[in-house]
Amino acid sequence: MLGILSNSAKSLESIDDRLMQCGVSRRAFLQFCSSLMVAAPFGLAITDKKTPEEVGAGIGKVIRPPVVWLHFQDCTGCTETLLRPSHPDLSDLILNVISLEYHETLMAGSGKQAEQSLRDAVTKYHGKYVCVVEGSIPTRDNGVYMKLAGRPAMEVLQDVGGKAAAIIAIGSCAAWGGIPSADPAPTGAVGVADLLPSKAIINLPGCPPNPYTLLGVVLQFAADGTLPELDHERRPKFAYDRDIHEHCPRRPHFDAGRFVKQFGDQGHREGWCLYEMGCKGPDTHAGCSTRHFNEIPDVWPIGIGAPCIGCTEKSIAFRMPMFQVVQIHTRATPPEAYAPIVAPQGKTSLIAAGLAGVGAGALIGAGWVASRKFSNKADDDRVPGIEEDKPEHDASQSEIGK
Amino acid sequence: MKLAVNRRQLLKGIMGAGGAVAGGLVCSVAAEEHPAYPVASPDAVGMLYDNTKCTGCRACMTACSEANGLPAETLCPIDPAISTGLWDVPADLDSKTKNIIKLYREKDGDNFSFVKRQCMHCLDPACVTGCPFGALKKNTWGAVTWNSSFCIGCRYCEVACPFDVPKFQWDQWNPKIVKCELCFDQRLKNNQEPACTAVCPTRAVIFGNRNHLLAEAKQRIADTPGKYFEGRVYGEHEAGGTQVLYLSGVAFDKIGLPKLGNTSLGHYATKVSSVIYKWLSGPIVVAGILGSVIKRNWKRHEAEAVEAEKETGLPEQL
Repeated sequence: MLGILSNSAKSLESIDDRLMQCGVSRRAFLQFCSSLMVAAPFGLAITDKKTPEEVGAGIGKVIRPPVVWLHFQDCTGCTETLLRPSHPDLSDLILNVISLEYHETLMAGSGKQAEQSLRDAVTKYHGKYVCVVEGSIPTRDNGVYMKLAGRPAMEVLQDVGGKAAAIIAIGSCAAWGGIPSADPAPTGAVGVADLLPSKAIINLPGCPPNPYTLLGVVLQFAADGTLPELDHERRPKFAYDRDIHEHCPRRPHFDAGRFVKQFGDQGHREGWCLYEMGCKGPDTHAGCSTRHFNEIPDVWPIGIGAPCIGCTEKSIAFRMPMFQVVQIHTRATPPEAYAPIVAPQGKTSLIAAGLAGVGAGALIGAGWVASRKFSNKADDDRVPGIEEDKPEHDASQSEIGK
Repeated sequence: MKLAVNRRQLLKGIMGAGGAVAGGLVCSVAAEEHPAYPVASPDAVGMLYDNTKCTGCRACMTACSEANGLPAETLCPIDPAISTGLWDVPADLDSKTKNIIKLYREKDGDNFSFVKRQCMHCLDPACVTGCPFGALKKNTWGAVTWNSSFCIGCRYCEVACPFDVPKFQWDQWNPKIVKCELCFDQRLKNNQEPACTAVCPTRAVIFGNRNHLLAEAKQRIADTPGKYFEGRVYGEHEAGGTQVLYLSGVAFDKIGLPKLGNTSLGHYATKVSSVIYKWLSGPIVVAGILGSVIKRNWKRHEAEAVEAEKETGLPEQL
C-alpha cells in the first residue's frame, strides 16, 4: 500500500484505472458508491442517479483529484473518522479515490522529505488541487503559537490555500475556530474563511464530520469542477439542510413528553429524549440522526445516550454551556393530549364576584354623595351684564391703560 | 314670492324621502340575497371530513398553521402539565389556531372519535350578515374571508356564528379576527387545495366542488349502510347548508356539531331587519318619539325665555 501511495503523486489517472491497479473489487467499489448515495441522497451531482452501478460508472471516469491536507490546531479526530469506516475498506478507497499528496498523519515521509513533497505538490498542481484544512489557525502574536517547518500556520495557509482550486475546511475548528477558539481563546484561533474570505471555501463542520460528506464534495468537484449548493454558513446543503431533531430516533419520546431527567435514570436507560439534558438537536443542522458514524447503527452521540452538543453550529458548540436547554423552533403536538369537544369555560370565583360588588357599591355611594353636594349648592342666578361693579372696573382699568 | 316651507323643512323632507327609498331598496335586496334555503352555486368548493377515516395525526393542524403563518399555542388552559412551551396544544379554536382536531371519548366504554373543526363556510353565513361593515365576505368559490381594512373589531361575527369559529386576538394591540378562510389567499388563488386537505395522509378530509363532495358522501353512505350516523351528511341542510360537510360514525352533537335548523341564518337576520326597517318604520317611530320629546322641551324653554326677558330686560342668549 505504501508503494501505491508513493506512486500516486507521479501521474493522475481515473479512479477506475487506479482501483483496477490496486485490486479493489468491483463489488467493494459499488458498495462504496451505495454508501455515498445513502450519505448524499440528493443535492450532490455525482449521486443523483438511480443505481449504484450508474454512480460507479460516473465516479469511475473521474480523474483522481490531488488533495493536500493541512493540519493546524487540531486533534486529528477528523482524520481518524475518515479512516474509521470499515465496510468497505474506506481507508484504502480514500487513498485510491483521491490522490492524497500531503497528509502529516498518513504520509510515510517525514522532516525535509515531507516538506519537499508539499512544495512539489503545490508547484505541480498549482490552481488544480483541493486543499483540505483540519484545525483552527492561531492569529494572536503573529500566529507564533503554531509553526510548520518554521513558518507560522497563517503563512502556510496563505501559501498552500491561496494556490488551491478550492478549500475544504473540515471539522468545526477549521470552519470557524472550534474548541481552540472557545473562551478565552488564548491563541486567537480562527477558521479558514476568516483568513481567506474570497476563496471558494466549503465548511464541513462537525466534531468530527461524516467522512462521506467530504468524499462527496471532493468527488463532485473532481467530476465537473462544481461545488454543491451551500447554505449561509457555507455548509453543503445535501448534508446540513435539516436539523437533528427532525429525524431523531428519539423523537417519539419528545412528542410523548418522555424526557431523561438525570443521567442514569430509568428514562435514560430506556432511551428517552435527551432534550432536558441540554440536547442541541432542535437547533443543530446536520445529518447525524440518519447517517451514523463508523457505519455501525446507532453510533452517534444521541444514539449512545449523550445529548447533542451542536458541533455543526457556529453559535452553539463550545459557545453555549453543554447542558443548557435550547429553544424549540419546530412545531410539535403531543400524541396523548387532544382538545376536548367542548373546551371547559372558567368559573366565576366568589372572591372576584365580591370584589366586583364592593367596587360597584363604592361607585354608587360616591355618586350619591356627589349628587347631594351638587343639589346643596344654590343655583347661580346671576345674569351676565347685570353685574355693575366688575365691568365698570375693567373699563376704568382699560382707560388707565390707554 | 312666498314659499310654504323654509330651508330646514325642505332638507328634512328630502332626507326623509331619500331614506325611505334607500330603506325599501335595502329590504328588497336583502330578501333576495338571503333565501331561507339557499342553493350552492355550481363553483362552490368545500371540504368533506369523514371521522371514520381520521387517525388524529394532526398533520392538518401543523400544515394549517404553517400555511397561514400562525404561531404555536404553547399554553393549554385546561392542562398545565403539557403547557411546557414545547408543544402546540390549543384547547379549542383560538386566535392562533384556525383548524383543530378534537377527541370525543365515550364516558363508559372504549369508543372514541376524532373531529376536525374549522370554519364551515356556510352558504349564507351569519357572520357575513352580522358584520356591520362588510369585513367578512362570501368570496369567490364561496370561501368566507375576512378583510382587515373594513374590520372595526366589534366581534359581532363571533357572537353570530353558531359554530363558534371566528376568534379575536385579545393579546394584540391591533387585534384581528382569526378564522379559516379555506386558505383563500395562501393557496386557493394559486390553484392549490387548502393545506389541511393537501396534507391529510388518510384522505379523511378531502377538497372539491361542494356538489361532487355531497355526491361522494352520499355514495359512501349508500355503500356502507349503518356505518354513518343517521345515514346523512351534516352540512347538507344545516343552517341552510354549509360548504364543509361531515360524515360521522357517532352522533353529531357528541362531536360538537350543534343541532341547527335548516333555515339559513342569514335569512333569520333578514327577517329581523325587514320588520324593523320595513318602510323605515323603526327609524321613523324612534325619530318621532325623540322629536316629540324635543318639541315639548323646546316649548317649555321658549316660555322660560320670555319670562326671563321680562325679568331682566335682556334678550334670550341661546
